[in-house]
Amino acid sequence: MILTKPYALFKKDFHSELRTRYAINSLAMFIIVAISVILFAVGQEKISEGLAGGLFWVVIFFTAMSGLARAFVSEEERGTSLTLQLIAAPSTVFSGKLVFNLILVFCMNTIIALLYAALFESFVIKNFSLFIFAFVIGNIGLAVSSTIIAAIIAKAGAKGTLYPVLSFPILLPLILTSVQLTLFALDGISIEDAKFELAIVVSYDVIMLTVSYMLFDFIWKD
Amino acid sequence: MIWKIFLFLLISFVSVAGIAFPIVENPQAWYEFPNIPGLEENAKIIFFHVPTAWLTLIAFLMSTVFSFKYLRNKNLDDDAKAYASAQLGMIFCILATVTGAVWAKFAWGAFWSWDPRQTSIFALLLIYGALFALRSSIESEEKRATLSSVYSMIAFVTVPFFIFIMPRIMKGLHPGSADDTGAGPVINFQMNPSMLLIFILSLIGFTILYLWMWQVSYKSIIFRDKLYKHLIRG
Repeated sequence: MILTKPYALFKKDFHSELRTRYAINSLAMFIIVAISVILFAVGQEKISEGLAGGLFWVVIFFTAMSGLARAFVSEEERGTSLTLQLIAAPSTVFSGKLVFNLILVFCMNTIIALLYAALFESFVIKNFSLFIFAFVIGNIGLAVSSTIIAAIIAKAGAKGTLYPVLSFPILLPLILTSVQLTLFALDGISIEDAKFELAIVVSYDVIMLTVSYMLFDFIWKD
Repeated sequence: MIWKIFLFLLISFVSVAGIAFPIVENPQAWYEFPNIPGLEENAKIIFFHVPTAWLTLIAFLMSTVFSFKYLRNKNLDDDAKAYASAQLGMIFCILATVTGAVWAKFAWGAFWSWDPRQTSIFALLLIYGALFALRSSIESEEKRATLSSVYSMIAFVTVPFFIFIMPRIMKGLHPGSADDTGAGPVINFQMNPSMLLIFILSLIGFTILYLWMWQVSYKSIIFRDKLYKHLIRG
């Protein structure tokens, strides 16, 4: 089957993650730290819906930047990337890492959304189906872009600081449109009215996915 | 040599004509520009702002084309061409941002108002910056060329979102925005033939200037690399 090899790779990542729980622990702590910083900064002020929607994506962006580079950087750190190059095709490696990052992004963003709904009075979603739709396609785009940039970062050898620098311009169309869509969902605008923004995010996902699969070979092969 | 003189004359003519030709209500003579409501004297910066913005994109396009060529042939000269084009693109991007901000101050009242076009030029600035940050972080020549080629191609596919899609769905002040009734940034400017001629001459002149600067720049990079290799081998 075409999916068994990526699944095996994903299972390897999943088991090694469960053994150390490095990414899960650090991401969970990062979410708590980032949200509490925002809460302290907000203080007793009552923030508007627009600000809550924007701050939601601030936390998502920085959490993704803190955790998602692990997928490839850990292979380089442990010196296992050469073995992976021998046993698997580049596209298989990318699929495996992408699935791992997708699951990580979905878990982390669901937690962030739940925390936001609990902690911010103005974060009340009026159009739930639009929010879920935008959330799912936004997360896919976030996972795809950050996985391919993580591969570049791992090969570049500069681990920490370069990742957000390289990712931000690539993610900017996605973030701008997703912020807009989150505001629409908070305002209770119908899916029909938001279809242009949804189409942009879907086309972004498709383009980034295609480009990533086409270019990953060049990054992965030394 | 001839075309260098031609370029000098062209750029001089465009600069003098663009700045000095008067703007009048009813243009009669060939050297008079029409008065565009809402722009008045500000309209003259179009001869310098639009070419820089145009070259920002052309330079990025050329950089991506040669990145693509590098990935196919693994010839380091192509990487030098891509790098040289990106350097020039960064310069033109800064110029476009600055001239745009100056124009915005007098036309819209503020240097910066996160208009969709301003956001997109800012994103291009970030892409160029990220490209140089990536290049400076890698020691090995081949690796640096490969990774920066891949990055510039990934970045290039996001550019249509900034240039063509965002400004058309978001409301903004720049011509060509969603709430603008005209067809595009230039068409609804009500230029008269002489203004249009100088505008197009300016585009041509700046494009030739870019091609020349690019040639000088990539040749010097290629020679420098050859010299270093020669010195290392002894």
